[in-house]
Amino acid sequence: MSAEVGQFALILALLLALVQSVAPLVGAWRRDGVLMAVGRQAALLQGGFVLLAFGCLAYAYVTCDFSTALVARHSHTTQPLAYRFAATWGSHEGSMLLWVLILAVYGAGVAFFGGTLRETLQARVLGVQGLVGVAFLAFLIFTSNPFLRLDPAPIEGTELNPLLQDPGLVLHPPLLYLGYVGFSVAFCFAVAALMEGRVDAAWARWVRPWVLAAWAPLTAGITLGSAWAYYELGWGGWWFWDPVENASLMPWLLGTALLHSALVLERRGALASWTVLLAILTFSLSLVGTFLVRSGILTSVHAFAVDPERGVFILGIIALTTGASLALYAWRAPSIRAGALFQPLSREGGVTLNNLFLTALTATVFLGTFSPVFIEMLNGDKISVGPPYYNRTFAPLAVPLLALVVFGPMLNWKRDEVRKVVQRLRIPLGVAGIVLLAAALFGGLKGLATAGGLAMSAWLIVGSFAVLGRRWWAGRAYLARSVATTPRSVWGLVLSHAGLGMLTLGITGVTSWESDKVLNMRPGETVEFAGRVLTLQSLEMAQGPNYEARRGILIVRGPGPDYSLRSERRFYPSAQSQTTEAGIRVGFLGNLYVSVGEESEQGVIVRLWHHPLIVWIWIGGFVMSIGGLVSLSDRRLRVGAAVKARTILQPAAAE
Amino acid sequence: MKRILFILPVVGFAVLLGVFFAGLGRDPRALPSAFVGKPLPAFQAPPVREGDAGLSNTDFQRGEPVLLNVFASWCGPCRVEHPVLMRLRAQGVAIHGLDWKEDAAAGAKWLVDNGDPYIRVGSDPTGRTGIEFGVAGVPETFVIDRHGKVRYRHVGAVTSDVWETKLRPLMEELRSEP
Amino acid sequence: MRRVLPLAPAFALLALLLLASPAAAVNPDEQLPDPAQEARAVELSRELRCVVCQNQSIDDSDAALARDLRIILRERIAAGDTDKQAIDHIVARYGSFVQLRPPVRGDTLALWFGPLGVLVLGGVGAYLYIRSRTPAAAAALTAAEEAEAAELLKTDKAD
Repeated sequence: MSAEVGQFALILALLLALVQSVAPLVGAWRRDGVLMAVGRQAALLQGGFVLLAFGCLAYAYVTCDFSTALVARHSHTTQPLAYRFAATWGSHEGSMLLWVLILAVYGAGVAFFGGTLRETLQARVLGVQGLVGVAFLAFLIFTSNPFLRLDPAPIEGTELNPLLQDPGLVLHPPLLYLGYVGFSVAFCFAVAALMEGRVDAAWARWVRPWVLAAWAPLTAGITLGSAWAYYELGWGGWWFWDPVENASLMPWLLGTALLHSALVLERRGALASWTVLLAILTFSLSLVGTFLVRSGILTSVHAFAVDPERGVFILGIIALTTGASLALYAWRAPSIRAGALFQPLSREGGVTLNNLFLTALTATVFLGTFSPVFIEMLNGDKISVGPPYYNRTFAPLAVPLLALVVFGPMLNWKRDEVRKVVQRLRIPLGVAGIVLLAAALFGGLKGLATAGGLAMSAWLIVGSFAVLGRRWWAGRAYLARSVATTPRSVWGLVLSHAGLGMLTLGITGVTSWESDKVLNMRPGETVEFAGRVLTLQSLEMAQGPNYEARRGILIVRGPGPDYSLRSERRFYPSAQSQTTEAGIRVGFLGNLYVSVGEESEQGVIVRLWHHPLIVWIWIGGFVMSIGGLVSLSDRRLRVGAAVKARTILQPAAAE
Repeated sequence: MKRILFILPVVGFAVLLGVFFAGLGRDPRALPSAFVGKPLPAFQAPPVREGDAGLSNTDFQRGEPVLLNVFASWCGPCRVEHPVLMRLRAQGVAIHGLDWKEDAAAGAKWLVDNGDPYIRVGSDPTGRTGIEFGVAGVPETFVIDRHGKVRYRHVGAVTSDVWETKLRPLMEELRSEP
Repeated sequence: MRRVLPLAPAFALLALLLLASPAAAVNPDEQLPDPAQEARAVELSRELRCVVCQNQSIDDSDAALARDLRIILRERIAAGDTDKQAIDHIVARYGSFVQLRPPVRGDTLALWFGPLGVLVLGGVGAYLYIRSRTPAAAAALTAAEEAEAAELLKTDKAD
């Protein structure tokens, strides 16, 4: 039953999306309040029906309804409950349904929270959102229907890929999609503003919470994906520059730029047409990412099953959404007026530089990802672009940006003076200088990069708190009150920037001091590694719920109390595949990573890694994400907060 | 002047879209051989059956275009293409074989069990001979022209369709070359 | 009706399975006795792409061919090849596709210098933008820009 209900709900959702796209756009054009209200209702209802459809699919998965073809392909009765549920988005069709669900939920959110929005702007945002919804619902129903039946139903399903049976699958895709589908709201705001011919501070104030609401989960999703790859792929890498990773990194980079430029637009009315362009491009890159993962245009370690027909459909959607919005941009953006003036050395100037570097970084990832396609078009030659490329191009661009991060929030709006800025930042500058000197003395010339990395981390972490220091120092007469009244958006800023510092620390640590060893071991044998003594205590067969494993247990003696690490090589009979589960001892100073591999003539092959400080990469990522959420909870930013912003940018005469 | 700046994004996007559309059909995993247009490197592979001549690069310089089929008994798709190769042999197409990454005995047994479509067969137990001319897996089939130069590489099984649409037209063309 | 057969895993989210068990791949018996040479071999094998895998270096892949190539690379290094010679040895057989660091040549200029180009062009754009926004510089602007600036100032006051 559930599959039919789900199918029906999806079709209703498509019809509602059609209503949602037509009614409010016409309503806004004719200033018809009733039609605009219809749009809001349609958005809410559409969200409800897609949720119902999603619930039906999840129900079919959880109850092992193998008469639903999709369930039979990715679920098995022995699969644990959490993974039967998460398998709902473990396939192309299911994940597309999640995609559409999140799109619809954001649409419903705009309808629900948009009470104080200018009515015509809200109507146009919903209308554009409806159009995107129509496209993706049609894609889902016509090319990737998740509710197809099987008759006769098989007695048992085919197990979900064992690599995916991991807590990572439960959280990673929903977070990632909350992120890049979330940028659709900013996109719709941008298109709506272009239709209205009006981009102003109030617009930026409305759009910023939605950008944050997408950015924070995207940051968490990418971080989680990195951690997942680290422990699951079994060789301790944390970022592979794989096309699919790049697909999530590009919207993140540009979304980060958008977050900052929208701030300038909100406060100062500057960077208006640029911000609108960023909003369009950020969501477009999310779409391109979806295309890349599902069309098979590039090889990736994590691509979906490849289907060119689906690729054509998605490309068509991209052509319509991005193409139409950029054409609208070319037509309307020239009439957007620039805002207030500022000196080069000012908060506005800082954000301009931030945007410059983030755009260049996005371009780097884009070139690296798509050059193989371009060059093959050009001369038929196949090339590959891998980590060595990004180490030489991305890193040199990222370093100056990191150095600039601390300055941004310490600059005054409109104008500032170098002397004053340096004075304000004397403490973080001093700390970074001391770290640099100490590390350079300790590590010598060869360790200069390491010293630089450490100094940069100190600069970022200490420097981020300078904002608070400055604020509280100014209000030191009433310190308790100035601490208590510090807006959440400031806390969010401090956290996110400090998180970036922690991330830098982790990257510096693991790239500078990583060590590894590979050897044959027999039970009882001992090896010295990274200041520890490891003994292979036992090697035995073990039985899991849906797998058999050869399990190696190592006892580690070293600084601190002894502990044991367990690594397994698992075989999943019903999926006919093997995975390696590494044994990892996580620590703030470094991780010990052990993987017991294939059997050899001299016992088993044991691989050992020591990853100093690596955990700070993920702590940093999550702190950044939490910073985003804290900022989002700021009263002033709260969605729907009454805003009576002055209009800096008047509509073009055409309106 | 300023207006052009605002038109740039949509123009850039149009170009990109064109590239993506064109790129859709292509298979990112299909790899052209690095040896197309170059002669096979010098190699000397021992025979799979004692007493046979084995295979060397000079066998490809006899003035006739010829196929070089790299196979192994452990390879699934080889089972699919073998009957096709047998049929081609019956039609008089010249095929040499290289038995890749297995003992000569296994290759010899394969040829006894399934028939021998090859003029000459070399054994390459370590895979090193194949690696010398860029073999990445089995089956692979190279089209070699009358001067011993590699002209084409097909990755995967040679089905009737592959033969009719790709290999045969090329072989005929090569035959008419000087 | 169509039955669900073992083909189905092909639909799974991660196609990583092709690699069966992805574990870093160098085996103890492959390693060179000289630690300096071994370190070079590891560096180089991280720059070479495994041709039969999805998207991995031969250092990361435990495909049989990746192992062969690691061994060949180490043989070349032990025989005294320079880094470039050793890489070229593999590239000569498998094409420039195997280089994870694409060579700098005509068709890769945009790839290698594009990022810098974007930074420079964007930098010029940002400079012009900031200059046009700088109040003190207004006097030094062209007549057209000056008019525009004046209008902007007017808008500002109007608010």
